[in-house]
Amino acid sequence: MKPAFAPMPTAEVSRKFAAFEFSALLLALAWPFVSDAYGTGLITEVLIFAIVAMSLDLLMGYGGLVSFGHAAFFGVGAYAMVLGSIKLGLSPWFGLMTGVAASGLAAALIGFFCVRMTGVAFFMVTLAFAQLLYSGAVKWRWLTGGSDGIGGMPRPHLFGLSLADPALMYFLSLAAFLMSLGLLRVILRSSFGHALVGMRENETRLRALGFATGRLKLLAFTLAGAFAGLSGALYAMYNGFVSPDALSFGLSGTFLLMVVLGGVGTLVGPAIGATVFMLMKHFVSSQTEHWLLVVGIVFVCCVMFFRKGIYGLVNNRRQGE
Amino acid sequence: MDLFLSQLVNGLVYGVLLFLLASGLSIIFGLMGVVNLAHGSFFMLGAFFGLSAVKWTGSFWYAMLLAPIPVALIAALMEVLFLRRLYGRQKLDQVLLTFGFSFIFTDLVEWGWGKDTFSIAEPPSLEDSFAILGGFFPSFRLAVLAFGLITALLLWILIDRTRAGAMVRAGVDDGATAMAIGLNVPLLLTTTFASGAALAALAGVVAGPILGVYSGVDVEVLIPAFIVIVVGGMGSLKGAFVGSLLIGITDTFGKAYLPEMAMFLTYMTMIFVLLARPSGLFGQAQIR
Repeated sequence: MKPAFAPMPTAEVSRKFAAFEFSALLLALAWPFVSDAYGTGLITEVLIFAIVAMSLDLLMGYGGLVSFGHAAFFGVGAYAMVLGSIKLGLSPWFGLMTGVAASGLAAALIGFFCVRMTGVAFFMVTLAFAQLLYSGAVKWRWLTGGSDGIGGMPRPHLFGLSLADPALMYFLSLAAFLMSLGLLRVILRSSFGHALVGMRENETRLRALGFATGRLKLLAFTLAGAFAGLSGALYAMYNGFVSPDALSFGLSGTFLLMVVLGGVGTLVGPAIGATVFMLMKHFVSSQTEHWLLVVGIVFVCCVMFFRKGIYGLVNNRRQGE
Repeated sequence: MDLFLSQLVNGLVYGVLLFLLASGLSIIFGLMGVVNLAHGSFFMLGAFFGLSAVKWTGSFWYAMLLAPIPVALIAALMEVLFLRRLYGRQKLDQVLLTFGFSFIFTDLVEWGWGKDTFSIAEPPSLEDSFAILGGFFPSFRLAVLAFGLITALLLWILIDRTRAGAMVRAGVDDGATAMAIGLNVPLLLTTTFASGAALAALAGVVAGPILGVYSGVDVEVLIPAFIVIVVGGMGSLKGAFVGSLLIGITDTFGKAYLPEMAMFLTYMTMIFVLLARPSGLFGQAQIR
């Protein structure tokens, strides 16, 4: 089971990546000032998707639990945001928190059933639950607007400044991304994080050591769901709109691709994967209609030849020097 | 009563269509441990090749004969060139690989045929319908039902009563031992993968007049087929048969009598079976 996962970064590699991360942060802070509104919006989306990709990595890279229904929690966060704002008139700030809470709760409930499964059965049952929510969003038109979705949610205000300004929306997303990255790092460095990796490597042994592995899995599932919810709520805020696509099978697959592209089990890798995916999508879609073909080929090549993703590729080259 | 009867027939028809898809999916899973996410694409490709074959030859029957051939070839190539290289790795890699292929196939189909919804015309000889017991039954659907049941029987004979079938069963039970006693397992895997794909393509042609032919039909049929093999037990032909009919009937009756709940019913069935009996109704091996 284990060889396909990239190893935990060593101290030396971490130091090298610290330099990379510092430059990336500087670039990210400067970006809205050097880019036009379109470019700012594009990187806003990148930051939002990076959060959900990292959350999936917590589950699949560190916990070894490959979910094929992670869009469920992204979608729940997005719907909670829009419904809270439009139907209940909640303040969008409260909506953001509602999104996280709703996804966390949904993940805890669904996870309660899912964590009893392993391997293929786990991914089947997560897929089934995600499809259940998807069909709910399509069927319950009175609540969700059906397949047309619901929209018309204006961007909220922050301390008197409107988030309709792309730069402000960008900085909010950047803050959310940095907070998620920091929190996920703290989580992974805690004893819980180490136990999670231990469980991925050898669940039986960990159980023999006295860990309640079911509870570990459930906690990981809930945390991953909550971060996905944050991402979904932000995405809904950014678009002012949500449709059942936010819960779809295809989107769950896209999240998986981002993680695999960036490097499974590296946390920063999936954020890079999300970045590359979104930029590629932007570039390819403007050149050709065959975006799906390109995605498929990239997916196949990643699985066949670059199993450790972009992070692993860079890592190997550095070690070779 | 007549509504009940015709819904029953519709449910059975949908069930046998699912069986044509799920049987291949299930045997491939049993043999290779691969959940083939491109299996719906084989169905879709079959439907589109069938559409073109009907246009060329003017005959539904030729389409049924011709459409599975290119699909089987594509599947065999996919197995030999890609999947085979991943057998030593963890199963997730193969699942992701087939998922990547499903994107590729969707794009190619939209490239070749466009994004419209097409329909294959029913063969003229089966355009009429029967009135039995106060119900009203299109002959085409009855023919599909008969065809599905006969295919199931033939498949059962093939797997359970022939030498080739014994090899497949040996591979499902214990691939390593089967190889050790001299079975050509790689050939077996390629043949099974391609045959499963051909069966899915055949289902695509036969379902053409019923479900339509469009580029999203792959996911539309793949997910119910998953539910079928989870409910029936992965790797079990009998399970795929019982599961298909169960899900076909549940879904059809749900749509007729509880339209608000129909989509939930099948997912709930799957979740319930997974929780109560993770290996499915007829599965023996623990799913790993």
